[in-house]
Amino acid sequence: MTRFAVKATLRATNAPTGPLGRTGARMAREAKLDGHGTWIGASVPRKEDGRMLRGSGRFVDDVERYGALHAAFVRSPYGSATVNSIDVAAATGIPGVHHVLTAADLDNPYLLAVLERDEFVPTTMPLLAESEVRHAAEPVAVVLAEDPYAAEDGAEAVEIDFTPRQAVTDLDTAPTGPNVHSGLADNCLVDLTMFDDDRLDGVLADAPLTVEAEFSSARLAALPMEGRGCLAEWDDRDGQVVLHASTQVPHQLRSGIAQALGLPESTVRVIAPDVGGGFGLKCVVGREEVVIAAAAARLRRPVKWVEDRQENLTASFHGHEQHYAVRAAFDTTGRLLGLAADIRCDVGAYSAFPFTCAVEPLMAATELPGAYKVPAYRARGRAIATNKPPTAPYRGVSRPQIVLVMERLMEKAAAALDLDPLEVRRRNLISEGEFPYTGASGITYDEGSYRESLDLAEKTVTEAGWYSERDELRAAGIPAGIGFSCFSERTAYGTPIMAQRRMGMTPGYDTAHVRMDPTGEVIVTTGTCGHGQGHETTFAQIVATRLGVHPDQVRLRQGDTDLAAYGWGTFGSRSIVIGGTSARRAADDVAAQLRRIAAHLLEVDESDVRLMHGAATVRGVPGASLEIAELARTAYFRAHTLPEGSEHGLEARGSADPPGTFSNACHTVLVTADPGTGAVRVRRYLVVEDCGVVINPLVVDGQVRGGVTQGIAAALYERIRYDGDGQPNSATLMDYLAPTASEICPIQITHLETPCPYTEDGAKGMGEGGTIGAPAAVLNAVNDALAHTGVAMDHIPVRPEDVLSSLSRPLATVGGT
Amino acid sequence: MKPAAFTYHRAHDVREAVELLTELGDEAKILAGGQSLAPMMNFRLARPSALVDITRVPGLDYLRHDADGLRIGALTTHRAVETAGVPDGFRVLPRAARWVGHYPIRCRGTFGGSIAHGDPTSEWCLLAVLLEAGIVLRGPRGRREVPATEFFHGFFATAAEPDEMIVEIRFPGAAPRAALTEFAQRQGDFAVVAAAVSLTIEDGVCSAARLVLGGVDPQPAVVDADQALVGRSANETTWRAAGELAAESIDPPSDGHGSGAYRKRLAATLVSRAFTEAATS
Amino acid sequence: MKDVHLISLSVNGNEHELVVESRRTLADMLRHDLGYTGTHLGCEHGICGACTILLDDQPVRACLVFGVQADGCEVRTVEGLADGDQLSDLQQAFSDRHGLQCGFCTPGFLMLAEAYLSEADSSADPESVREAMASNLCRCTGYQGIVEAVCDVARSRHPAGST
Repeated sequence: MTRFAVKATLRATNAPTGPLGRTGARMAREAKLDGHGTWIGASVPRKEDGRMLRGSGRFVDDVERYGALHAAFVRSPYGSATVNSIDVAAATGIPGVHHVLTAADLDNPYLLAVLERDEFVPTTMPLLAESEVRHAAEPVAVVLAEDPYAAEDGAEAVEIDFTPRQAVTDLDTAPTGPNVHSGLADNCLVDLTMFDDDRLDGVLADAPLTVEAEFSSARLAALPMEGRGCLAEWDDRDGQVVLHASTQVPHQLRSGIAQALGLPESTVRVIAPDVGGGFGLKCVVGREEVVIAAAAARLRRPVKWVEDRQENLTASFHGHEQHYAVRAAFDTTGRLLGLAADIRCDVGAYSAFPFTCAVEPLMAATELPGAYKVPAYRARGRAIATNKPPTAPYRGVSRPQIVLVMERLMEKAAAALDLDPLEVRRRNLISEGEFPYTGASGITYDEGSYRESLDLAEKTVTEAGWYSERDELRAAGIPAGIGFSCFSERTAYGTPIMAQRRMGMTPGYDTAHVRMDPTGEVIVTTGTCGHGQGHETTFAQIVATRLGVHPDQVRLRQGDTDLAAYGWGTFGSRSIVIGGTSARRAADDVAAQLRRIAAHLLEVDESDVRLMHGAATVRGVPGASLEIAELARTAYFRAHTLPEGSEHGLEARGSADPPGTFSNACHTVLVTADPGTGAVRVRRYLVVEDCGVVINPLVVDGQVRGGVTQGIAAALYERIRYDGDGQPNSATLMDYLAPTASEICPIQITHLETPCPYTEDGAKGMGEGGTIGAPAAVLNAVNDALAHTGVAMDHIPVRPEDVLSSLSRPLATVGGT
Repeated sequence: MKPAAFTYHRAHDVREAVELLTELGDEAKILAGGQSLAPMMNFRLARPSALVDITRVPGLDYLRHDADGLRIGALTTHRAVETAGVPDGFRVLPRAARWVGHYPIRCRGTFGGSIAHGDPTSEWCLLAVLLEAGIVLRGPRGRREVPATEFFHGFFATAAEPDEMIVEIRFPGAAPRAALTEFAQRQGDFAVVAAAVSLTIEDGVCSAARLVLGGVDPQPAVVDADQALVGRSANETTWRAAGELAAESIDPPSDGHGSGAYRKRLAATLVSRAFTEAATS
Repeated sequence: MKDVHLISLSVNGNEHELVVESRRTLADMLRHDLGYTGTHLGCEHGICGACTILLDDQPVRACLVFGVQADGCEVRTVEGLADGDQLSDLQQAFSDRHGLQCGFCTPGFLMLAEAYLSEADSSADPESVREAMASNLCRCTGYQGIVEAVCDVARSRHPAGST
C-alpha cells in the first residue's frame, strides 16, 4: 500500500498577529493539546480521487443488472389539469415496451410529509397522478422497456385525456387563484407567525429611522451534474427490494418507500453508490424512486430509471423562490432596534418528504436576524402552493435570502444615515464578550469571529488595492462596486433543534461504528452519506488520529441502510460535526480497547499508553512499544492471552446529537458592469471563513469555492421560469445558465478558527456557507457599482437587462435607496 | 432524452448523398457535425426518418482562395476556420470563430452544417449574409448557387430543398474592415444579439457600410444604417449613431434571455462596438 | 424493425466489434454496450461536457455523436489515461489541486483538458485555460482547482511555450 507523503501539520492560517491574533493563540493551544501525530488540519489528498480520476467511480447508472427494464415517466404537459382517462394500449404495443403502470396499477400510493402544527395543511403527494395533475411534468404513468430509447417511445404513445385548468404560478396571484389542492384556503400550506414581540410596533413607530423594503429571489434548480436515478431489484434470498439510488439520505429514502408502500423497513435496502452531487435536491424522497422500487418489487425484475436533464430541470425539486416584505427600525447611530418580516415562499404543488414545504419559511423566520443583534423581532412565514414542482431544501435553505435581506438593510440604513455601512454592521454584529448570545428568536449562538472576519476582510481588500482598482475603473467609465456580506450559519442541527420544527420525522442525531480488523486496518460505518465532500478522507483523518494509524488504513462505509445504523444522511452541513464526532467517539472507544491490550502486554499503566504512528508507546518508557497491528492480531487471534473479561474483537459505536453550531464568514467581492450590455462580471472574491477547526483545508476550501460559485450563480445567472400557464421555460442548460469557468474568478480564502465547543475536534459545519454569503455580497457590489444612478436593486438574480436599464435610467426619475 | 428511431446511411461522396436524400424522401436529413441536429433529436424536437451521414465524404474540408473569392468546404470545422491562415480580407472569419460555441463544439461542428441549420444567431449565417456569400448546393437537378441574402427564410428554414446538400460557401469579395461581435451571458452560448458589420473608409470618411444583426429576427437581419454612416467621419460618434439608428429600426422579440427593449439596447451597443473593431481591423 | 449496424472501433487501444442501433448515442454505446462507464452523461444536449471523449484525437461530446458513426474510429476515454494504478500527470494534478469533488464531471474535464493540452499552442495562461475549460460544467469546485491543474500540466508539458 502506498502511503501519502503528507506530514500531519496543523493548519497555517492567514490570521494576522496583533488585535486579531486571538485565533492564532487558539491554534497554538490546539497544537499543544494534540501534539504531533494528528491528521486534523492536514491537506490529506482525497481517497476518493483515484477512482474518480480513472473513471472507475460507480454512479447509479454504472450499476448494470442483467434483464433490467428501463423506465420512462409519462408526464403532464399542463400546469394544472384534470386527468380524465389514460389509455396505455398503444404504448404497450411499442416494440421493446414491457409494462405501462399507472397509479391504479400500484394501488394509488402517495407520500405524506407531516408537520405537527396547527398552521400546517398536510397534503399528499401521489407517486403517480390520479385524477389531477398539479404541475407540468408531474408523473402520471411509467413505461418499462428493454432500453431507455424504447421506454421513451412508449411514453410518447401513452394517451392521456386532460382537461386543462387555470394554473397558479406566482406568489401574488396565488391567494386569489384556483386552489392547487381542493379546499386549500388562499393556497397557503403553512402560515406561521413567530417571535411576535409586543414592543415591536412601538419600536417601529418611534424609531428615528424605519427602513421598509421588499426582497425577492428566483426559483432555482440545485443542478447536480448527476441527476437523480435509481436501480431497484428484488432480492429473493433476503426478501428485500434493494434500491441503488443517487441520494443524500439513504435511510430517509428507505423510510419513505416503506411508508408509501406499507412495507416493514427491513424489507427495503437502500444503497447510495457514488453520488454525483446533491446540493439538497437529493435529501428528499422523489416519487420516481418509490415508483421504481414498487415496480421492481411487483415485477420481481430489476428496473432502472435515470433522470435526464430535462426532467431534472422541469420535474425534479426546485427551491429558493421567496419574497420578503421587511420593516426595520434603526437609531441614529445605525443600531438596529427592531425588525418585522413577512416572508412568503413559493413552494410549488407539494410538500416534499420528509422535510415538508415548511422548511424554507421556518428556516427564514427563525434565522433571519443571523449575525446581528435584533432586540425586537417578528416574522410571519408562509408556504404558498403554486402549480410548479415541489421544493427541496437547496444548499443554504433560505439563508442566502435572509443574509441578503440583513445585508441590504445594513446598506440602506447606512445610506439613509450617511454612515459607513461597515461601521453600521459592526454596531450590530454579535461581538466578542457577548457569546454565547441568545437572540430574539431564541437561538443561542456559540462563539464566532463575526467582527473579526469583517475587520480582516476589509483590511485585506484595502491592502490589496480593491478600492483604488474600483475607483480607477469608475474613472475609466466602467461601473464598478465592492460588496460585503457578514453572516453566521447554524450548522449540524441536532435533534433538539430539529424538534422545534415539529416534523413528523425529526432528524438530528447520527451514529458511527468503528471496527479494527485483525491486520490493524479500520472500517468506519456511518449514517451520513457524502457525495463529493470528501468524507472518506476527512472521517479517516479523524479516526486515524484517534487510533494512531495512517488515514490510508481507514476505510469509510456509507450509504447503505443494511450496513449502517439509522442515520440521517448528508445535508445541512451536518456530516463532519455529527457523523465525524460519532466516528471519533467510537474510535476513542476502540483506542481505549487497544490501550488496555497494550497495557496488559507491556505490563504498564493503561493511562501511559499512547497510540501514534502505527504503534502503542509508553510515556516515559522509551523503547517500550508494540505495533498496533500486533495488538489487533492479539485481540482477535490470541484472545486467550488477554485478561478474563476483556471485550472480544475491536469495535465500538459512537453517537452524537449536538445542538447545532454556528460557522461564520465575511464575503467581499469586486464587480464591474458593462455599461453597454449590463453584464456584471465578478472580478475579485475574498472569503474570510471561520468554520472552527479545519479538518482538511483542501476539502474545506473546495467546499467554500463551490458554494460561492453557486451563490454567484443565484445572484447573477440562474433562474427557473414558468409562464402564466405553468409551462416551464428553463428546460435546457441553454436556458438555465449555470456558470462556466469563464464567469467565475479565482476565490481567495482566509481562515479564522474559533473551535466549536460542542464537538470533539472543534469543527463546525461548512458545506453551505459559500452559497449563503455570496448572493448578498454580489448584490451589494452591484448596487455599489450602480450607486451613481440612485437605483437600488433588491432581487436576485440581477439580470444584465436590469443593470442596463438602471444605467440608462434618467436620473431625474430616480428615487432614494 | 433519447432520439426517436431513424435509419442511418453513410454517404461516401456527394453524388451518393444526393441520391440517398432523393431516395429517402423529405423526412431524411443530412448529418454533418451534428452539433445542432443531435441535441434537437435527443429532445425529440427533430425526428428525421433517416440520416445521411456525410462526415466521411472526402474533399469537402477546405479553405481555398482563388479569383472567385474564398471558398469554404461544407465539412470544414469551425475549429479549422478558427485556426486557418486566410488572406487579409477574410480575417473576420477566424476572428468570429471564437464566438462559435465551445472548443469541442468547434472541433466537431461544420461550417456547412451551421449554414444549413439556419439559426438566426449563427455567426456563419450572419457573416454569409454580411459578405454576400454564395451558398453552393448540389441536388438531383445539379449544382446551384444561392445568394446568402436569399438563403435564410426564418427559424431553421432555408432555400435548400430537402434533396439538396450544401457543398461549399463562397465568399466572393474581400472585406478588410469587417467584424462580428455578440452578447450572451455565458461564454459560448448562443448570442442574445449579434452584430456583423463591414466598412469602407476613404480619407477618414465612411464611404460604404453593411450591417447584419442576429437574434432580432427569425433570420439574419440586414439593417440599413447608411444614413448614420455614409459620408460621416470614421469615428466613435458615428459608430454610436449607427448603433442607435440600428436599434430604432428593429423590433426584436422577447424571451427569457432578454426583452425586445433590451435587445434593442444590445443592438445599439454591439453595432457600435463592431464598427469600432472593424474600423481598427 | 430496428435499424442496426455491425461496426468495429478501437477504444483506448482495445478493438471492439458490436451491433448497434442507429439511434444509440456513442455515449450510451460506450457506457452500456462496451462497459466504459467512466464517460458520464450530464445533459445529453451538448452543454455540460461530462461525456467529452476523444474521437480520432478530436474532443467531442459523445452524446452528440451516434455510436454507428464511430465505426472504424479510435476512441479515447478517461479509462485510457492512467497507466494501471499510476495516474497520469493531468489526473495527478487534478487531485493535487482539488479539481474534483463529486467526480461526475471529472472524466469530461480530463478529456477536454487532454485535447486542449495536445494542441501546439496550448498555453498555461490562466485566462486561456479558463476559456477552454468553460466548455464544460462543474457544479462542485468553482473551477479553480480545474484551471490550476490544467495550468500546472501545461507548464510542465510545454515548458518553452508557456506564457
